[in-house]
Amino acid sequence: MKRGLTRKTRRLWLVVFCLGGLGITTALVLNAFSSNIVFFMAPSQVRAHPPGSDRTIRLGGMVVAGSVKRETEGETPIARFDVTDGQAAIPVRYAGILPDLFREGQSVVAIGEMKGDGSFRASEVLAKHDETYMPKEVAEALKRSGKWDPRFGKAPDAASWDTMTRAEARQMDTKTAQAGG
Amino acid sequence: MFGPEPGHFALALACVLALLQFVVPLWGAHRGNARLVALAPGLAFAQCLALAASFLCLVISAVRDDFSVQNVAANSAAAKPLLYKITGVWGNHEGSILLWALILGICGAAVASFGRGLPAILRGRVLAILGGVSCGFQLFCLWTSDPFDRVWPAPMDGQGMNPLLQDPGLAFHPPILYTGYVGFAVPFAFAIAALIEGRVDAAWGRWVRPWAVAAWCFLTCGIALGSWWSYYVLGWGGYWFWDPVENASLIPWLTGTALVHSAIVVEKREGLKIWTVLLAIATFSFSLSGTFLVRSGILNSVHAFAQDPARGVFILALLAVVIGGSLMLFAWRAPSLVTGGLFAPLSREGALVLNNILLCSICAVVVTGTMYPPFMQLLAGRTISVGKPFFDAATIPLTVLLLAFMAFGTMLPWKRARLGAVLPRLLVPAIAAVIATVCAIWLLSGLLPILCAIGAVWVIAASLMDLAQRVSLFRVPLSASLTRARALPRSAFGAAIAHIGAGITILGLCGMSQAQHAIVEVPVGHTERLAGYDWTLENVRAMPGPNYQATVATIVVRHNDRIITVLHPSRRDFSSQNQMTTEVAIRTNLISDLYAVVGEHHGSGPDQTYILRLHYNPLAPWMWLGGLVMAIGGGLSLSDRRLRVGAPRRARTSSGVLAS
Repeated sequence: MKRGLTRKTRRLWLVVFCLGGLGITTALVLNAFSSNIVFFMAPSQVRAHPPGSDRTIRLGGMVVAGSVKRETEGETPIARFDVTDGQAAIPVRYAGILPDLFREGQSVVAIGEMKGDGSFRASEVLAKHDETYMPKEVAEALKRSGKWDPRFGKAPDAASWDTMTRAEARQMDTKTAQAGG
Repeated sequence: MFGPEPGHFALALACVLALLQFVVPLWGAHRGNARLVALAPGLAFAQCLALAASFLCLVISAVRDDFSVQNVAANSAAAKPLLYKITGVWGNHEGSILLWALILGICGAAVASFGRGLPAILRGRVLAILGGVSCGFQLFCLWTSDPFDRVWPAPMDGQGMNPLLQDPGLAFHPPILYTGYVGFAVPFAFAIAALIEGRVDAAWGRWVRPWAVAAWCFLTCGIALGSWWSYYVLGWGGYWFWDPVENASLIPWLTGTALVHSAIVVEKREGLKIWTVLLAIATFSFSLSGTFLVRSGILNSVHAFAQDPARGVFILALLAVVIGGSLMLFAWRAPSLVTGGLFAPLSREGALVLNNILLCSICAVVVTGTMYPPFMQLLAGRTISVGKPFFDAATIPLTVLLLAFMAFGTMLPWKRARLGAVLPRLLVPAIAAVIATVCAIWLLSGLLPILCAIGAVWVIAASLMDLAQRVSLFRVPLSASLTRARALPRSAFGAAIAHIGAGITILGLCGMSQAQHAIVEVPVGHTERLAGYDWTLENVRAMPGPNYQATVATIVVRHNDRIITVLHPSRRDFSSQNQMTTEVAIRTNLISDLYAVVGEHHGSGPDQTYILRLHYNPLAPWMWLGGLVMAIGGGLSLSDRRLRVGAPRRARTSSGVLAS
C-alpha cells in the first residue's frame, strides 16, 4: 500500500465496501425470498388454487374428528388425517411422531407440499399450544369461511363443519352468544 | 413484613427514586450544579435496593405458596419443587418484567460503583439515562402488569406452571439472557450522555467497551443456553428454529458484536465515533423491541394486542419514547461530534470496518426475515412465513465472508499494513485450511457446510497462529515465550479465544448439518440400525414422579456388538394440567450426541409398539461449547489490566490526539 493514499481514495474504499455489503445482502435476501417464502393456505384456498408440487406451504385448519388413521410402512409410522376449514377438507399424510398436543377436532398447521392426487404430504406437523389456543392463521381462515366467529364462544365441533351450512353456523353463534351472555 | 403489599410499595418507591435519578442529575448538569449531579450514584443505589426488596417480596410470596397473590396462583402450585417455585417467579410476564427492572437497577448500581473514575458530569448523565429507562419500565410494571395483585377468594392451590418450564436449563436462562439485553442499556446510556455532551473521544471508547463486552458475554451465554434448552427439552432434535423469539435475541447479539469491535476503533484511533454511538443506540433498541414486541405478541398476533390493549399501547409508547427520542437526539447532535479521520482499507481499523459491515448485513437479513411476515400480514393480508431455508440461504454466505476476513483482522497492524508482511503469517492457517478442505469434502455434503467448516478451521488456526507469533513460540526458548505470554495484554488472549469460540460454534453447526435421524414404530426387543449404531428397545416401564406419571423406555445402543450406552428417554404425563412432555435421553462424548425420544404407543399386550425418534448428531455439543468459549474470551478481555486499573484520563482536547 502506497503512502500517498489520499483522503478521497480512502473514502472511496469505504463507500465501495459499504455498497458491496449492501449489494450482496440485497441479492441474497431477494434470492432467498423468491424460493423460500412459505405461504399459509386454508384447505379451501388449496382446492381453489392448487400450488405446484414443488412449493412448500403451510396448511392450516382443524383436524376432522374421526379421520385420524395410524399405520406403519415397514417400521416408519404414518399418520393420515383430514384438515378442514369448513369448506373443504384435504387428506394429509405425515411420516413421523405427531406432536403431544395433536388432537382430533383441534387446530393444526401442517408444513409440506401438495401431491398430484390432491393429498398433502406433510414434513412437519405443528400443534404446539394448549387446547383452547388456535393458531391465528387458522382462526382467520375459519372466520373468513363464515363458519365461526370467535366473538361467539368456542369453535364448533370440527366433525360437523363439512356438512354445516353458513346459516346453521350463524344460528349456532347466536345460540352460544345467548347462552354465554 | 415481606408480603405482597410491601413489595408493591417498594416497587413504587423504586419508581419514584428512578424518576429522581432521571431528572435531578440532568437538571444539575444543565445548570452546572455539581451537588445535584453528585446525587446520582446514591439514588442509583437506593433504587437498586428498593427493587431488590420488591423482588424478594415476590419470591417469598411464591415460596410461601401465598395463592392470594394472583401471579403466584396462576403460575405456581403447592406440589411444585422449591427450586421451580423460585425460578417460576420469572417464568411469567409480570415476574419477568420485574426481573428486567431489577437487572436494570443492578446495572445502574454497578455503573455508580465501578464508574468512580468517570468525570462526575458524564457519570451523572449516564445514571440519569439509566434512571429514565428504569422509571419507564417500573411504570409499565405498576400500571399494566402488577405482579403483586391479590385475588379474592384465594384459591386452595395454584394452577401450576407449564411443565415444559420445569427444567433447570430454562430456570436460569431468562436471568442470563436478560442481563445480556439489559446490559446494553449501559452503552446506550453512555451514547446518549455523549450526545448530550457533544463529545466522543478515545476515553469514552475505553469506558464504554467493558460494559458492552460484559453485556455481550451474558447475551452470548443466554443465547447458547436457550438453544441448548430447546435441543434437549423440546425433543425435536433441532437447536435453532429461527422463530421470532430466537431472532429477537440474535439481532442485538449481532449489532452488539459489531459494537464491541467498533468501540475498539474509537478507543485506539478515534475513528467510527458517530457509527459507534449509533450502534450503541441500535443494540439497546433491538434488545428492547425484541423482548417486548415479540414476547408481548404484538407483532405476531393482533389477538394478544386486543386482549390487553393497555399493555400493548404502553409498550408501544415506551418504545417510541426511548427509541424515537434517542434517534432524534442522534439526528440533532451527531453532526456536532468531531469526526475522526478516514483510514486505509488494509489496516486493523479497515478490517474492523469490514467486520461491522458484514455483521450489520447479517443483522439486516435477520431483521428482514423476522419483520417481513408480520408486515405482509398487516399490509397485504397474506399470511406467509419464512423459515430455516430462507435464513440459511441468506446468512450463511455472509458468514463465510465474515470468517474469511476474521482471520486477517487481528494480524493487521493499526493505521497501515503491508500485504507482504501479513501473508507469510497466514501460511500455517492456509495449510490448515487446505487440510480442512480435504477433510470437509470427504466428511460433509453440501457446498455451504463445507465452506463454513473451512472458514472455521481457518479462523481457529489463524487465531492460534497469531498468539503463537506474539509470544514467539518455538523461535525463542519456551521459558522466554512464557514470559512474553505473561506480559501480553489479556485482551489479546481474549480476542483470540473469542474468535476460536466462534470457529468452534461454526464447526458444530457444520457437524449438525450432517445429522441423521430415524423415526420408527417398533415392538419391545426390536433393534434399529442408524449411523453405524444398533439401537435396541429393551423395555418400557411406568414410573411415578412428584407431579407426573412417567413412561420410561430403555434403549441399549451397541456399536460392533459392544454396548456403548443405555438411554432412558421418557414421557411425562402431567395429569393436573392435562399435558404431556417428552424427556429426551442424550449421550454425548463431545464428538457426537446419541439422542433418543420415545413417542406414543399403539396396540396393547404383546403387540404393543412404540414410536421412537433416534438421532445421531455429530459435533452437536460444540455449538454451545463455542458460545461458552466466546464468553470466556470476552471475560478474559474484561479482566485486562488496562480496563481495570487506572481509569483513563480524558484528553484535554478531543481533536488531534491519537492514542496509539
